[in-house]
Amino acid sequence: MNSLDFSIVFQSWPYLWSGLLFSLALTAAASVIGMILGTCFALTQHFEVPVIGRIVRAYIALIRSIPLILVLFWFFFLVPIVLGHLSGNGRPIPIGATWTAFITFGLFEAAYYSEIIRVGLRAVNRGQFEACQALALSTFDTYRCVILPQVLRVASPIILSQTIILFQDTSLVYVLSLTDLLGAASKLAQLNSRLVEMYLVVALVYLAISSAASQCVASLRKRYAIAGSRR
Amino acid sequence: MFGVLFEQAADGQRYIEWLLSGLGWTLALAFLGWWIAFAVGLVVGIGRTVQNRIIAALARLYVEIFRNIPVLVQMFLWYFVLPDILPTALGNAIKQIPPPWGSFFPALVCLGLYTAARIAEQVRAGIEALPKGQTEAAQALGLTGYQTYRFIIVPQALRLIVPSLTSEVMGIYKNTSVALTIGLMELTAQARQISEATFQTFTAFGAATLIYLALALLAYQMMVAIDKAVRIPGTTPAKDAIEPGPEDVQPVDSLPEGMEVAK
Repeated sequence: MNSLDFSIVFQSWPYLWSGLLFSLALTAAASVIGMILGTCFALTQHFEVPVIGRIVRAYIALIRSIPLILVLFWFFFLVPIVLGHLSGNGRPIPIGATWTAFITFGLFEAAYYSEIIRVGLRAVNRGQFEACQALALSTFDTYRCVILPQVLRVASPIILSQTIILFQDTSLVYVLSLTDLLGAASKLAQLNSRLVEMYLVVALVYLAISSAASQCVASLRKRYAIAGSRR
Repeated sequence: MFGVLFEQAADGQRYIEWLLSGLGWTLALAFLGWWIAFAVGLVVGIGRTVQNRIIAALARLYVEIFRNIPVLVQMFLWYFVLPDILPTALGNAIKQIPPPWGSFFPALVCLGLYTAARIAEQVRAGIEALPKGQTEAAQALGLTGYQTYRFIIVPQALRLIVPSLTSEVMGIYKNTSVALTIGLMELTAQARQISEATFQTFTAFGAATLIYLALALLAYQMMVAIDKAVRIPGTTPAKDAIEPGPEDVQPVDSLPEGMEVAK
């Protein structure tokens, strides 16, 4: 057992910090993209839009059954080709690992958020829809002002838990050699052969952030439960 | 499109054999890891519900630690960090385990203990979903605390949580791919290796994706069959897991025909 020396962690803190910021930025961007897209996905299911609804359903089932690492590999390979086709000249456009990570996590998380929202939509009481009709609200207003706010409120603890999982999953960008918190630590660790200290500190940082966030979610769940709802 | 898989690779095997060997490692990891996870998760989950404060706190600590560190970081802790913080002789012995076992065992322990924390929460939810009358009736019959858990509480709780365990089964087989980061040549790693050797990326990843899809379908059907066989007549599944997947907002009968899976 070698003696531990954590001074390396303090010396290289700015680099680790920038890695952590990247992890957080990726989490934030992916959850925003994921929520917007996921809500659209859920609505195509809810309205049973022909063809598109089916395609979305298949996409979600596919994404949810294969490992995130494989999805990252797929997108790393496919996104430049698709962009090349979209831009018209047909040649692949390399966009780099960073953009790939943002696109992949956004599209990947959309599948998970969409399932949460879809189930939330089903849990809304029939009477809410009927009351909207009685008030002569348009379909758009019904969803924007009445249904979706309730869904988001009921589902918010699950959505937030999913976002915490997303934050942990961003560590997988390691396979694209990106410099997120773990990537920064592993590069430093190999440079200084201080693997033990680096990985222990990274584990503690993840542990602190995730468990603090989980505690917040737990207290939010208590505070913002809709009065009289069964949860 | 999959023709290239039957060509010979540089090492004399055909590419399809690379894939199959990767599949073998993935299955071994998922299957053995599942039983570790189930055994540890059951114990920790029961520990969360007992009266003894110290045991309950320890069980809670276990869950908090293993759920809040990314599985990839845990993988590195087991693979890189553990041999170095153990006494030198033992650490060296661990480092000398020949590949692929040197990667397989850390990956197995990592996935098992990580998934155990999630299963523990499901077990706890199952136990807490049981009516208090069950414990009280057991006590009235003069059963000891151990007997109450062994014969009354745990059997019922396990039957309740089969649907929520489905997502954990899905989770563990997908998480096996994380083992590629410590050098285990499981399915995803083999797919990447084939893609690098043949430049047939579409074929290589496509084949791996199809295999994962088939596994997901298989696991899902298996869990549905188990649930049907052991469901307590007239009950709905446990509701308050700490990380409720979408599936526990709805009755389990209405799971869509596709797959209701977690990461």
